[in-house]
Amino acid sequence: MLHTVNKSPLERNTLESCLRLAAKGSAILLIEDGVYGALAAGQAAKEIGKRKADLKFYALGPDLAARGLSESPLVDGIEIVDYEGFVDLAAEYEAHQAWL
Amino acid sequence: MKFGILVNEGPFTHQASDSAYQFAKAAIAKGHEVMRVFFYHDGVNNANKLAEPPTDDRNLVKLWSELAAEHNVDLVVCVAAALRRGIKDDVLAPGFRISGLGQLIEAGIVGDRLVTFGD
Amino acid sequence: MEEDDFNPEVVKRFMFVNRKAPYGTVYALESLETVLISAAFDQDVSVVFADDGVFQLKKGQDTPGINMKNFSPTFRALDGYDVEKLYVEKESLEARGLTEDDLLVDVEVLSSKELSKIMAAQDVVISN
Repeated sequence: MLHTVNKSPLERNTLESCLRLAAKGSAILLIEDGVYGALAAGQAAKEIGKRKADLKFYALGPDLAARGLSESPLVDGIEIVDYEGFVDLAAEYEAHQAWL
Repeated sequence: MKFGILVNEGPFTHQASDSAYQFAKAAIAKGHEVMRVFFYHDGVNNANKLAEPPTDDRNLVKLWSELAAEHNVDLVVCVAAALRRGIKDDVLAPGFRISGLGQLIEAGIVGDRLVTFGD
Repeated sequence: MEEDDFNPEVVKRFMFVNRKAPYGTVYALESLETVLISAAFDQDVSVVFADDGVFQLKKGQDTPGINMKNFSPTFRALDGYDVEKLYVEKESLEARGLTEDDLLVDVEVLSSKELSKIMAAQDVVISN
């Protein structure tokens, strides 16, 4: 399963719920305001770190750039993808779940 | 691969429709088929041809119409959600059509993937 | 393969995920409309209530004071549409001080762990 999270973890519990319910072997792509969750200095970094062994984490580059975060340190292991990379992930995983 | 896309928000308040459009464009660029984009909830507002964003801003209504014309994408607006919000045939931008929620379920059955954008 | 399936070639697992409370936004109501329509397609349908979505099933909803339609009785009618898999996440219930007795329809209460396994096995997930 490819999960997308589009909310800042400081505003909503979306990322927290996704991390609770994403099964081992799935991927989480942070998009839109969800990219704030990718910041190494952010509060969500610890929770992401706890699941790094069994989930893959990605953040959408154009959304990071739009928010002035291109140069900001991200949580270790988060890979940056563009929209084509998003498409590749959606094709690679058998289903998509949007956490809204 | 055959993609269906669900858009749950209108073109202005949330980024959802922008993200969905960028995803659809990238999927087509990669040689995939976007068989249908289904607009639900406030997403039906993406079909309103009366929308007039400032000229220096992107016009998603127009962008969706162009995508439909160039790549044969089926743009379906949910009838129940549309009627509630005053979206009727006479305000539909080119390429959009109004139909039932069954079109969303069908996209899930016929397509290889259903990708959802909302808020 | 079940022989009485309307279209036995294509039966997919559809999961509707409800994470939003009713009335404050329209998502809960319009999501329920999608579930009802999906029933006509003879797919393998399940409905999940997690996070504030569990409030959709709270007993005793009384809406005339806000001039909105109380759609909660429709959840009890889902059974008649052969939508029988209603899953509620235990952790979400507990976090809101609710128990199964507070819910207006029979559901299966699952832990996050159990629910995550069922989610991972879906073909199509529709969230609002």
